[in-house]
Amino acid sequence: MESSKGRFLSGLSEKIALPLGEWALAFFGYVGGAAILLWNAGRGILALPWGRWAGEGLLPWRWKRLLQDRKLSMVVEQMEKVGVHSLPLVFLTSLFTGMVLALQTAYQLQKISAELYIGSLVALSMTRELGPVLTALVVAGRVGAGITAEMGTMRVTEQIDALEVLATDPVRHLATPRFLALLVMLPLLTIYADLIGMLGGYLVGVYKLGIGSSLYVNMTWDSLKFKDVSTGLLKAVVFATIIATIAAYEGFETKEGAEGVGRSTTLSVVISFILIITADCLITALFYFVFP
Amino acid sequence: MIEIINLTKSFNGHPVLREANLTIKDGETMVIIGRSGGGKTVLLKHMIGLMSPDGGQVFVDGQEVSRLKGEALAQLRLTFGMLFQGAALFDSLSVGENVAFPLREHTSLKEAQVADRVRECLELVGLKGIEAMKPAELSGGMKKRVGLARALVFQPRVILYDEPTTGVDPIMADAINRLIKELHDRLKVTAVAVTHDMVSAYKIADRIAMLHEGRIVQVGTPEEIRCTTNPLVRRFVLGSSEDEKT
Repeated sequence: MESSKGRFLSGLSEKIALPLGEWALAFFGYVGGAAILLWNAGRGILALPWGRWAGEGLLPWRWKRLLQDRKLSMVVEQMEKVGVHSLPLVFLTSLFTGMVLALQTAYQLQKISAELYIGSLVALSMTRELGPVLTALVVAGRVGAGITAEMGTMRVTEQIDALEVLATDPVRHLATPRFLALLVMLPLLTIYADLIGMLGGYLVGVYKLGIGSSLYVNMTWDSLKFKDVSTGLLKAVVFATIIATIAAYEGFETKEGAEGVGRSTTLSVVISFILIITADCLITALFYFVFP
Repeated sequence: MIEIINLTKSFNGHPVLREANLTIKDGETMVIIGRSGGGKTVLLKHMIGLMSPDGGQVFVDGQEVSRLKGEALAQLRLTFGMLFQGAALFDSLSVGENVAFPLREHTSLKEAQVADRVRECLELVGLKGIEAMKPAELSGGMKKRVGLARALVFQPRVILYDEPTTGVDPIMADAINRLIKELHDRLKVTAVAVTHDMVSAYKIADRIAMLHEGRIVQVGTPEEIRCTTNPLVRRFVLGSSEDEKT
């Protein structure tokens, strides 16, 4: 006969330890899988024919051939999807954020008659924090979801199997161009968002709050240091890596038809959001405490 | 020659293949029949290294498929052609680009030569001049035939067919069967088809193997399968959902 203590312990192990163990396995499986994907996609970027592209790019009479290069046109196509098509959404988000920032700080600064600092505040908030983070969130929602849905559909309709059967590495063929496109375009979109945000602040500051135009521009310009912009861009590179890795991994791991595509697309956006916010906090803390 | 030895595979603890054994000779058309969801496609995917076995081995011309990696695996795959159940055409590419895909990936043929070869393969499957269409504009039967053209473009020695006649009307199914037979006679390839369509199986097979509950229960010529005494195979062949009364 089993003692009650023995039954309690076995019940405990079944109800708590087993699910915990399964969860831990799934967690490390996810992290490991995503890391391997990142590594392989990164190696794919290095393995692109950079030398030949550079050589052909320097010689104008070879440009026609360069334009016909299949790999290059795949990367350019992705850059267009990631970058150019995100411009309107990033424009709207940053413009209104810049305007709201100006209004909200005015509400506070008016109390101590320090409205002229609005320009500096908007500039610093945009470049250090809101430009990179808002752009990354917008791109994760727009582009990351798109990547997962497209690759997930390819997975469930056996198109990824078909790539493998045709002796083509799906990571190099699908993930690498998207990684490269995000790594290049997200920092560029961030710079664009920084500028548009400052424009939004300028519009409110000058036309609504009555700060002189040149004073506002000077306050903006003088407060900005190289480090403010560069840490923002570093964040953008990290966020781009997060979005690309999670989106591609969720796409590759999609199972079970249309429902599975929906599930992995949702997960892709949710996990990217969480990781972006967490990484943002860590990077900011790193630059505040370790490299001030 | 393809040899499958004691192949075992399970998904989420649910066994799909349990020690399946099968040998496919060069130049023959082997049809694997069995219930839907019975592991036929899983068996097929092991032959080309899309899945790796939990136990057992698959040998293609003496090479163990699951041990091949990188370049060696790519070389092996280039000697195979596979027609997927839903054709698996790349829907971002046109029909012509789909068929040309392996040539552009793995050869440095001139564009004119690629276009010639694509036209040739599309003609072989009875589809002329549809290079510019997108897969979304095609019917199910046409998609399958384009998928077949893509599988043929690299002149494979072995062609794998996953449910070639499922989801198309009987007339198109007959056309596809005739095409498979014709290709086999003309190109002398080894063919492995999985299907639950007995009409198709009788029409194209040199030999038929029945997969049941993860094992190959009988292998024989179409005639032997038709006259089988094995009750499992008999039931499947006759399409009866009840046990036979004796």
